[in-house]
Amino acid sequence: MALTRDQVAHVAMLARLGLSEAELELYREQLDAILAHMEVLQRVDTSLVAETAQVGGLLNAWRDDARGECLPQQVALANAPRRRGDHFEVGAIQE
Amino acid sequence: MTPASVTELGVRLRRGETTPAALAAAARRDLEAVAGLNAVLRFTDSLAERQAERAARMLAQRPEEAGPLCGVPFAYKDVLCVEGVETTAGSRILQGFVPPYTGTALQRLLDAGAVPVAVTNCDEFAMGSSNENSAHGPVGNPWDPGRVPGGSSGGSAAVVAAGAVPFSLGTDTGGSIRQPASLCGVTGFKPTYGRVSRYGLIAFASSLDQIGPLSRSVEDAALVYDAVAGHDPRDSTSSPAPVEPAGPTLRAGIAGMRLGIPREYMAEGLEPGVRAAVEAAFGELERLGASLAEISLPSTEAALSTYYIIAPAECSANLSRMDGVRFGLHVDRPSLTDTYLQTRGQGFGAEVKRRVMLGTHALSSGYYDAYYRKAQKVRTLIAQEFDRAFETVDAIVSPTSPSVAFPRGSRSDPLSMYLCDVLTLPVNLAGLPGISVPCGPSVTPGGAASGDGLPVGLQVIGPRGGDAMVLRVAHAYQAATRWHELSPPLPGTR
Repeated sequence: MALTRDQVAHVAMLARLGLSEAELELYREQLDAILAHMEVLQRVDTSLVAETAQVGGLLNAWRDDARGECLPQQVALANAPRRRGDHFEVGAIQE
Repeated sequence: MTPASVTELGVRLRRGETTPAALAAAARRDLEAVAGLNAVLRFTDSLAERQAERAARMLAQRPEEAGPLCGVPFAYKDVLCVEGVETTAGSRILQGFVPPYTGTALQRLLDAGAVPVAVTNCDEFAMGSSNENSAHGPVGNPWDPGRVPGGSSGGSAAVVAAGAVPFSLGTDTGGSIRQPASLCGVTGFKPTYGRVSRYGLIAFASSLDQIGPLSRSVEDAALVYDAVAGHDPRDSTSSPAPVEPAGPTLRAGIAGMRLGIPREYMAEGLEPGVRAAVEAAFGELERLGASLAEISLPSTEAALSTYYIIAPAECSANLSRMDGVRFGLHVDRPSLTDTYLQTRGQGFGAEVKRRVMLGTHALSSGYYDAYYRKAQKVRTLIAQEFDRAFETVDAIVSPTSPSVAFPRGSRSDPLSMYLCDVLTLPVNLAGLPGISVPCGPSVTPGGAASGDGLPVGLQVIGPRGGDAMVLRVAHAYQAATRWHELSPPLPGTR
């Protein structure tokens, strides 16, 4: 089941990656080969196996619901490529 | 001459034979002497100066409290945040990013009086096995600059191999400390998942990432581990279990220990010179009193695919924060969607895009069950097989990498590159501690091969929380061998 150019373009859009046509074709070929290799997983019987999301062995990490330190506003804003006053500036989300 | 160890530098500092500032200056000179390797991205001069003064005060005023790292220079990978020092994760998208805070592992080293002198090159967002994916260009292997140092902590391995600093910090998501350590002939230790806080580490795959040291010896790795390990409330995956320090048991030896050799790790695909060096190392371990037995980890074949679904899936989520709004590159377009597309399209390199695509696909509607959920189930099997193995053996030993350092540009196919980590990434999937130590140059039996003479690494893997035991096994091997004392023929080695 080979990937199509449109499937790759769909994934690129989901990932918000602006790719050229040449990149779409390159990744179509490469992802196809990688995904074909991953068929090995389908040969493993996991019918009675639970999923592992983490291997740290922790069930939960609690802390007191108390106010702690946080970054001062000007420090948090210092790396912003665009800011307006004390805010990050973002383009309009409605087009 | 063999470069000085952390312990030796500590003795010289305490005798007043040198100062933290003099050691930092010497490290900087040695790093400049090997600038052609492209292992260093930037020097941290003003931080080094402040920290050297602090270390000198600690040594002068409270020498009994000053730990073994006080006044010792080191370098760290470009994914670890230090307040006020540019950190780019080897990426164009973070060019100019100056972290507003210092990560926990770095902070602990600073508190111990260690002196950071340089930030090291790495694969972009720690994704790679050859250090060819850095936006700042590839790194040369000190043993042969035309070959790769391994990755992703290639710069961190190269500066230690070149003898410029006694240790560095790297990160290991699928082998990124151990594999470059193997290819550069140094010691590289990945602690148990959750043992070293990830706070202040630019995330690649959060369920796999772990910070650890690269050094000239296990002894030095243990000193760094003991300084950085421990619970941190700022990392919710950090283990609250008390740390068993490595120092006290490091020299306990391995007589009577049971070591397992996974049949699947010795399968075809190992270079003959790697196999020969590792088998000789097994013999040495036996002479030291350990008993060796073959074991089986049957899901090994599926581990590579499992990893290359889970790690890209996590990275596709983690890297969504690179949006050009709060930090990093911003490519201005009239619509927000186009701004995202162009910022990320221009900011990320080819391998990062490939993994973000792979991960997004594996998580996308219609494919989630077949790829991501399936991989999480196989991950369970892989972890269980290790757990079962550790019912009969104390530790597992194997090669670290199936090959020695390969020529730059020789693995352009992504799958062949991914195979570099086939013997290290199962350890991350199971959250175990693992170390690579040099076990001699590759010598192809019955005839010369192009990689002959290059370093080979022996991997030691322990059960979850068995960090001290892994270091003990590796130290026992180094105490009986001299391979870790070999240095590449380069200027700048002291």
